[in-house]
Amino acid sequence: MSNILSGIAYILFAPLVGGLLAGIDRKITAHMQRRKGPPLLQSFYDVFKLCSKQGISVNRVQDFYVGGFLLFVIISGIFFFTHGDILLVVFTLTLASVCLIVAAYSSNSPYSQLGAERELLQTMSYEPMLLMMSIGFYLTFGTFNLADIVSGPQIGILYMPGLFFGLCYILIIKFRKSPFDLSMSHEAHQELIKGIATEFSGRTLAMVEVAHWYENIFLLGFVYLYFVWSAPYSPLIGIAACAVVFVLEILIDNCCSRVKWQRVLTSSWLVSLVAGFVNLLVLMSLR
Amino acid sequence: MSYMKKSPWIIHYDGSSCNGCDIETLACLTPLYDAERFGVINTGNPKHADIFLVTGAVNAQNLPVVRQIYSQMPEPKAVVAIGICACSGGVFRECYNIMGGVDKAIPVDVYVPGCAARPEAIIDGIVQALDILEKKREALRSGKVEELESKDSLPPMPEKTKRKEATP
Ligand code: SF4
Repeated sequence: MSNILSGIAYILFAPLVGGLLAGIDRKITAHMQRRKGPPLLQSFYDVFKLCSKQGISVNRVQDFYVGGFLLFVIISGIFFFTHGDILLVVFTLTLASVCLIVAAYSSNSPYSQLGAERELLQTMSYEPMLLMMSIGFYLTFGTFNLADIVSGPQIGILYMPGLFFGLCYILIIKFRKSPFDLSMSHEAHQELIKGIATEFSGRTLAMVEVAHWYENIFLLGFVYLYFVWSAPYSPLIGIAACAVVFVLEILIDNCCSRVKWQRVLTSSWLVSLVAGFVNLLVLMSLR
Repeated sequence: MSYMKKSPWIIHYDGSSCNGCDIETLACLTPLYDAERFGVINTGNPKHADIFLVTGAVNAQNLPVVRQIYSQMPEPKAVVAIGICACSGGVFRECYNIMGGVDKAIPVDVYVPGCAARPEAIIDGIVQALDILEKKREALRSGKVEELESKDSLPPMPEKTKRKEATP
């Protein structure tokens, strides 16, 4: 019962918290650049405005695929917050990003096609790490079931520091932050205009934005997983860890310039291999 | 409650300007003026933009470009001509290749004069465009689409281009 409630809470509150986080992100970024920055609720204003714009879509299927993206992101979040199976969460998330890529491929615009190609590369870069993370949880807790993981006696971060580092690394890609914001960045101008989202406008763009808020919330949920165990005060530690990771990602975003795709792929695979795989080997030898 | 006025996304196109006005336009986005305070984002993508900022006059080469960018923008949209060149042609008005101000190519909503226009004036122009955007949104919502489209539709191609297409 409480699982269903937390699932419903996710559907209702994730966009609120996600939008607020996006506002906090922009505010912190502005202060790092010595600007005043937009109001905290700016991301909501943007989305509401997009909804009141005229709808132009380049073909009939585009909106369908973008809707699929939003839907699968929500579904994977529901699996996560109803304490389902961590593997299922990871696979549904992949399906969501595939929907977005297909939506971008469906138009002939070179910007959106290049954005889609880059998004594919980014998916290739972070996917091994997500899988290794799930395997790490299995090796530590003996189950893929999230309910057992959050109530387990072990503290995840003590067993899986390497995997945690790897997760933080690929979160830069997932949050679409510099230096890895190749396919779509939150900065206005880039060499691909708006990359994968170039051809989306009005409501469709609003859907992408809302899906991104949902996604951010449950990606932070992965961070949270590393810091909770059976102790009653551990959720506080988990939330604090999420906040630290979030601010760290903003800091990295503001300190780095965008790199080429080769660097994204090699560096994230290297991190997955060194930090993630070595961590897995150690876990296996502990068993 | 309308959010049109709270998140104006702009696209900036440089016609045949001397770059003076472009620098001033981009200066609005720097930390000193920080136009993002008002939710302004320089998108560079016509499909995401609400306000079209044009600097410099229109010539035979960029006339179709300006028209295309304009027609790719979804309603409600507004156009701000920045600098006296964009308003009327300015010092370049008599040049062999210049057709005149931006209003020769697309319907202009706000004219910001000055050579170069100051950032304060540009921000003021954008703020005035917000009111126009809001009116257009009302029109769009109340179903007066035809009226809106007739007001925002492209004027016919100026005669001068046809003659000039032969010149290199
Ligand atoms: S108005 Fe003046 S500064 Fe602006 S583009 Fe024209 S000549 Fe340059």
